[in-house]
Amino acid sequence: MNFTRILLSLFVITIASGQAYAAGDAPKAPKQKWSFSGPFGTYDKASLQRGLQIYREVCASCHSMKRIYFRNFEALGYNESQIKNIAREYTVIDGPDEEGEMFERPAEPKDAFPSPFPNENAAKYANGGALPPDLSLITKARVNGPNYLHALLTGYKEPPHGEKLADGQYWNKYYPGHKLAMAAPLSDEQVTYEDGTPETLDQYSRDITHFLTWAADPHMEARKKAGFRVILFLLVFAGIMYTVKKKMWAQLH
Amino acid sequence: MGSGTREEYDNPIVEWIDSRLPIFTVLNKEYGVFPTPKNFNYFWNFGAIAMFMLMTMILTGIILAMHYTGDTKLAFDSVERITRDVNGGWLLRNLHMNGASFFFIAVYIHIFRGMYYGSYKRPRELLWILGVIIFLLMMATAFIGYVLPWGQMSLWGATVITNLFSAIPFVGEYIVTLLWGGFAVDNPTLTRFFALHYLLPFVIFAVVFLHIWALHVTGSNNPLGIDTKGPQDTLPFNPYYTVKDLFGLVVFLIFYAIFVFYMPDALGHPDNYIPANPLVTPAHIVPEWYFLPFYAILRAVTFNINVYMIAGLAMLGMVMIDFVWRHSPKSMNKTQGILLFVVGSALTLFGFLGDMNQDWGIPMTAAETAPISAKLGGVLAMFGSIGLLVILPWLDNHPVRSARFRPFFRVAVIAFTVSVFILGYAGSQAADKVYLSTCLGDAQACEALAHGDHGAHSDDKKYHGAKPIVMKFDNTMLAQAFTGFYFLFFLIILPLLSRFEPVQKLPASIHEAVLEKKQKAGA
Repeated sequence: MNFTRILLSLFVITIASGQAYAAGDAPKAPKQKWSFSGPFGTYDKASLQRGLQIYREVCASCHSMKRIYFRNFEALGYNESQIKNIAREYTVIDGPDEEGEMFERPAEPKDAFPSPFPNENAAKYANGGALPPDLSLITKARVNGPNYLHALLTGYKEPPHGEKLADGQYWNKYYPGHKLAMAAPLSDEQVTYEDGTPETLDQYSRDITHFLTWAADPHMEARKKAGFRVILFLLVFAGIMYTVKKKMWAQLH
Repeated sequence: MGSGTREEYDNPIVEWIDSRLPIFTVLNKEYGVFPTPKNFNYFWNFGAIAMFMLMTMILTGIILAMHYTGDTKLAFDSVERITRDVNGGWLLRNLHMNGASFFFIAVYIHIFRGMYYGSYKRPRELLWILGVIIFLLMMATAFIGYVLPWGQMSLWGATVITNLFSAIPFVGEYIVTLLWGGFAVDNPTLTRFFALHYLLPFVIFAVVFLHIWALHVTGSNNPLGIDTKGPQDTLPFNPYYTVKDLFGLVVFLIFYAIFVFYMPDALGHPDNYIPANPLVTPAHIVPEWYFLPFYAILRAVTFNINVYMIAGLAMLGMVMIDFVWRHSPKSMNKTQGILLFVVGSALTLFGFLGDMNQDWGIPMTAAETAPISAKLGGVLAMFGSIGLLVILPWLDNHPVRSARFRPFFRVAVIAFTVSVFILGYAGSQAADKVYLSTCLGDAQACEALAHGDHGAHSDDKKYHGAKPIVMKFDNTMLAQAFTGFYFLFFLIILPLLSRFEPVQKLPASIHEAVLEKKQKAGA
């Protein structure tokens, strides 16, 4: 039927356009190539490990990641003893002990990533009044998350002529409103990679985005794998049902 | 139910049960041999699909409730815990949150089918009204459910929507306090919303039962919209429609699975992955997609409704009511009707212009004196837009059901559907988004105005001579135009069509029409 087609396309247009509002005055982040996009996308473990390194050496001084546990790093390709070693480098507060005192101990795989600040006010105070958001969900919490994050990290520019920046403000091409309180966190050759990957801003941005996408969506691979099987099953089932239906109805007159 | 004659079953266990509680007899009567028109198209699948989605939502919802914590300090974390650490939790949550969208997709198609083929008409009015009640309950349940993850859009969506009730005169403030359980959307709001979100699906289930009961009394409508006249027009529900429904359901599930497994967050809003924060308002507060047309209608009323407009609209309403039910002996004559129509329109326009141009100083048009504020007007329009569905069977009393034999109605109902999509688009965009803009006047002055707008303040002194006029077509106007059409469709177009659209010759029976179609296909 003709109008069915019209309705269907209208529906698709509405769904597609409804999502496209939140860009503000910032340009749309350019689409990057990611190994995790597409129906068969998977995470690149080497990139995830480099991303974790960047998070630990750079981002973690301001940003918490409290939904990630050391045990989760199994998904990054680390084995049990490697995870234990990573965890041991951090100190967590535990307790109360038998005497009722809180005490410090090295972190274990069961612990969440310790936050850099004890609470939000401390975080704000140390960062000129701006709160560095928790990064566990950041790629899901932004429109076009991974591309936006990569664009943001590589989008620091001199402000255009006539734009005035207050103290502690930085100009970014892709940030809504352009003025943000985070200085450019990454630059070429800032982090030393051990696997010979180019030490460039673009590569750093790629790796940290990869890692944060995993952090926000750790079951992505299992989800897509299951989806493939489910849809294959449904297609076969639909085919069978269609044949049965056709055969059954053909006997009617 | 089942107290009539009963055939005995051979199986002794079945017979033992059935003779005491005739569950097998009833099931066989209502779903086995139930006579169903044999000419359904695939639009008739969506009732069964909606039922399946309701069951999916209840099942996934119950399991999610076992892991969810209804406390503002823990709710967001508990949802994250479900997706990260509960076995299969990511799947449950994706099924549930996308299930809401696909439940609405099924129900919207189901409603469209009912309108297009005139399923709301005699004798199925009550069946239709029960359907509208289900739709309203679904909207309440979905809205409340979106609050539970306690993200930014949960909190702020809840704040905006619950605040609407404060527009109701006299009792509004009390209703809002009752909804909130306090003086802001906070922990008491979340806990009662969780309780209601668990309760309402079972209320929906009960009304669905009544809906299906009513359906099984009147029997199904069909694409021709004519009554079944005998066994040659019908098929037993099982196996013919069980198989067809199953096929349609599986196809629908493929689309559902694509969203669940490949783009689970495409229909949601990224802001809801930021924990709720009462101190930070999101840049755009947007409801879920299935509310967007009604959200657009809500926002379209940006004007106050003063006494002139109320009087004018009341007169127009009288003309309309008289026009629809003209058979009453006390009808007004033609002159009275035209007079009332002209005076009513003039008063409405006068009041509207008075409200838009407050500097004219027309008495009783000041915003403060308007009995219906813009906010209340928006709320009335939004609920009215659904309320109209309730009285649809009486707004359209044309004797022919199916749009297939009503070419004018067919155009109107398709135009209406398109306008609902456009309203949905308008609802998703910022109210002040400008689609078209032209500046009338001196080119230099226009330039200055454009630059002035960009800065903080525009200064009148900058213009030499007359201030240029900027004509804009913005999102509010788009919403107003199509909100106007929405109401026009129900209140003017349908009554007019039921009066003047010629009655075509209908096929003698479903059987004949099906045979004719088969012969055509064969030749």
